[in-house]
Amino acid sequence: MTTDVDVADRKPAWRAHGAARRSTHVLRLRVSAALVAVTVLAVLLVPPLVQLDQQAVDLAAKLRPPSWAHPFGTDDVGRDLLLRCVYGLRVSLLVGVVAALTATVIGTAVGAAAGALGGWADRLVMRLVDTLSSVPHLLLGIFIVAMFRPGVWPVVISVALTHWLSTARIVRAEVLSLRSRPFVDAAVSGGASRWRVTVRHLLPGVLPQAGLAAVLMVPHAMWHESALSFLGLGLPTHTASLGTLIQGARGSLLAGQWWPTLFPGLFLILPTLAIAGLAGVWRERINPRRRSELML
Amino acid sequence: MLELRAVTAGYDRRAPVVRDAHLTVAPGEAVGLLGPSGCGKSTLARVAALLHRPDAGEVVLDGTPVRGFRHRAPREQRTAIGVVFQQPRLAADPRLRLADLIAEPLRATGRRASAADRVRELAGTVGLTPDLLGRRPHEVSDGQLQRACLARALSLRPRWLVCDEMTAMLDASTTAALVRVVEDYRASTGAGLLSVGHDRTLLTRWCDRTVPWEAVAAG
Repeated sequence: MTTDVDVADRKPAWRAHGAARRSTHVLRLRVSAALVAVTVLAVLLVPPLVQLDQQAVDLAAKLRPPSWAHPFGTDDVGRDLLLRCVYGLRVSLLVGVVAALTATVIGTAVGAAAGALGGWADRLVMRLVDTLSSVPHLLLGIFIVAMFRPGVWPVVISVALTHWLSTARIVRAEVLSLRSRPFVDAAVSGGASRWRVTVRHLLPGVLPQAGLAAVLMVPHAMWHESALSFLGLGLPTHTASLGTLIQGARGSLLAGQWWPTLFPGLFLILPTLAIAGLAGVWRERINPRRRSELML
Repeated sequence: MLELRAVTAGYDRRAPVVRDAHLTVAPGEAVGLLGPSGCGKSTLARVAALLHRPDAGEVVLDGTPVRGFRHRAPREQRTAIGVVFQQPRLAADPRLRLADLIAEPLRATGRRASAADRVRELAGTVGLTPDLLGRRPHEVSDGQLQRACLARALSLRPRWLVCDEMTAMLDASTTAALVRVVEDYRASTGAGLLSVGHDRTLLTRWCDRTVPWEAVAAG
């Protein structure tokens, strides 16, 4: 009985490192959450509420530095950069979220199938995953977008099809560790089919890990989209995305105009750091519980 | 008859845990298998419950040799044997409430409609109160959880029971209660029992016949 009390009283690892550690932790959580909230609100609310045309060209006001009229300045054809950045973030975030979700669904399905079937099916699938992993993601992604016309969906497909591999590995490893537990034996003995064991007992156990992988995938996918667009292979140049904005600003940077590069760059870095920060907090909160579960 | 014939089993073919084991349980008979920890008796219990494929030898269930193990065993064969494991914590899916835990075999075999009544009946048999049925495994004690695991093993009315150190984690009164439940079930259905354990006193008092590990398996 005393051991039960001890376990219950023990603080999670992230709380146990003293006040300083705890306050930086809380600070990181708050800053990340605030940034993600601002980002989501901005991309959801600004376009419908602000009736401004992000494509409005004003050649008389081209490449103006930041001012009250244009807080982020203007680009080389006089478009307002703040508006372009918000629209760009909207596209990048959409691509990131949809691609991350698709990649997670594919990865979870493949990983769970490999882990639950085991034997030669597992070996075959995981060797395929290894083979695909050995090709650089960006190269594979370029190959996939090159088969389609430039647009949002080819980029989503390209990112999703190259990023399910790590999720598949994580899910397979989790399924393998769950599969050897006696409660799976009990389910088999109770007449459960392979499908039922997987769906009812194995998948719910891997969902926290898969969810975490999905959230961590969002910033990764956004960077991937930006890289493809920067290379001119992703979205068409007239569609504002963070990648196309940075690509379009390269020339101005050499001429000393820093704002068309800096602001889209910040719009790429800050939300991705914030999402990664939230995912980090989540991960630390999952892990101690898993450790105590293993102790049982 | 539940027969194990010349069973050699383990987790590495080069170093089997169980060598050449012979064991027979007649219908209605209670057989105790007595062995020190680590000797391989749990592995043999898993083979007897069709949960582990032996490297050699065969299991004969009611005169029919078993062709496949785990999912490869026909569902009628698998569900003819109820299993209770040593550690209820590991043997219970941490996400299921006790009522769902007990009902799981009924749902898995398409007896969803009768599940609620059967769970109520089994809960009474093993001594679980209705409020315990709504809790998850981490909210109940080892003894209460093992009662639920026993109820789950009995839910499909198996003709055979395999209890692998069922009471090793429990206190004397819970042990007595669970043994009573198993014996009542056997008295009313004529099911055979293979009880594996290291407690000589318990097994000799519980079972019709207690065999030491050395008499069952070689080396």
